[in-house]
Amino acid sequence: MSRTHVNCVVNGDPVDFLCYDYQTLLTVLRDELGMTGTKEGCGTGDCGACSVILDGQLVCSCLVFAPEAEGRHIETIEGLADGRRLHPLQQSFLEGAAFQCGVCTPGFLMAAKALLDHNPSPTETEARYGVAGNLCRCTGYDKIVRSILDGAALIRERHTQKETT
Amino acid sequence: MKYRAPISVEESVALLTSYPGAQVFAGATDLIPQIQGGRPEPSIAVDLKRIPETCLLESRNGNWRVGAAVPAARLTAHPGLRAAFPGLIEGTGLIGSDQIQGRATLGGNLCNASPAADSVPALVALDAEAVIVGPAGERSIPVSDVVTGPGATSLEQAEFITQIHIPTPVRGTSDAYQRFIPRTEMDIAVVGAAARIRLDDQGRCQQATLILGAVAPTVVQVETASELLRGREIPERPGGDPLWKELGEAATAACNPIDDKRGTVEFRRRVAAVLACRTVATAARRAKETL
Repeated sequence: MSRTHVNCVVNGDPVDFLCYDYQTLLTVLRDELGMTGTKEGCGTGDCGACSVILDGQLVCSCLVFAPEAEGRHIETIEGLADGRRLHPLQQSFLEGAAFQCGVCTPGFLMAAKALLDHNPSPTETEARYGVAGNLCRCTGYDKIVRSILDGAALIRERHTQKETT
Repeated sequence: MKYRAPISVEESVALLTSYPGAQVFAGATDLIPQIQGGRPEPSIAVDLKRIPETCLLESRNGNWRVGAAVPAARLTAHPGLRAAFPGLIEGTGLIGSDQIQGRATLGGNLCNASPAADSVPALVALDAEAVIVGPAGERSIPVSDVVTGPGATSLEQAEFITQIHIPTPVRGTSDAYQRFIPRTEMDIAVVGAAARIRLDDQGRCQQATLILGAVAPTVVQVETASELLRGREIPERPGGDPLWKELGEAATAACNPIDDKRGTVEFRRRVAAVLACRTVATAARRAKETL
């Protein structure tokens, strides 16, 4: 069976890859592009470990056929930090100890980023609903939710600093 | 499995006609888990998301036209749609997580034909029509005629839904949807209920449509609801008025549920009565606000 050639943009960079039509975006990211930050949990859209942002919309990359990526913009965990400078959410997750084994963390961070992109000041309830599609078997979620709220505050702080300087 | 993303309805129908075992999809939130679960792959997966007709969302000539491939997130964020059909938006917004909302569609929720689909009771209550295309051309049928049983639809070989048309509500009309699940998020309805209420200028019920989900192989209409409610002033909340007892009993009688891990027959019948009353009260309250 021949493979399909797909052009897309990943974390701001033009990327092209060859894939079988039955492959998912998740397997292409990990196995073809070597971007193993995105994790596979359930493979059926229940756990959110494979969350990426596709054209501004949070999705499970395990529920996207790879050829669907043609012409689309994809954001993954690898694009979250600005070079060596961590994203405020990564910083707050570190400081808030919002992970233990870490397998769910990239998915939580992408879900949290998608939430804050649309809603920079979420309430605790909104933060909990925002990551309701992500499962964590270690933390009990409280530290994650607190870290999302802390990350949101940090982002708002940086914006205010930018405006005043 | 091959993947194709046709850019026109004609091209899609041609693909579906020439590949037996082809399958259309939009969000793939049902298709991929089904394949993962062991169902044979389709010969070809036809992506409907690059066809203008299936991605349309507009209000024209007294109808809302919702493309079958428009994701839930786009529907729930649309101010006009939220105002026109708050119940449909409630049902649509309950389908899965934010990740699923970004992909799942009304067309898929309907054609996956789960008895517990959260958007279908409201669509039926709203007298929505499904626009279907296929080798024989285009036809429209009531949404209530699409699903024939669990996982089964009345669509013919090589047919698919392009749009769902919903009549714009007249003054004094509104809708509501509620479901029961044992947690607050990320679950499948044990019972769902959608109501559409139309009030006259005096605030009395002129027409009532009550549809239950997850209590029978397909959604069911509580046929006696309109008769019970017509001419009545619907109280703000379910409570002491004997009307609620009658309405609840009518809902229970309309159920034909099964026992499964989510709930027993008895439990579903009782919850149907509760949700029927609550959605009717909510829809009536909303309808009053439009007067």
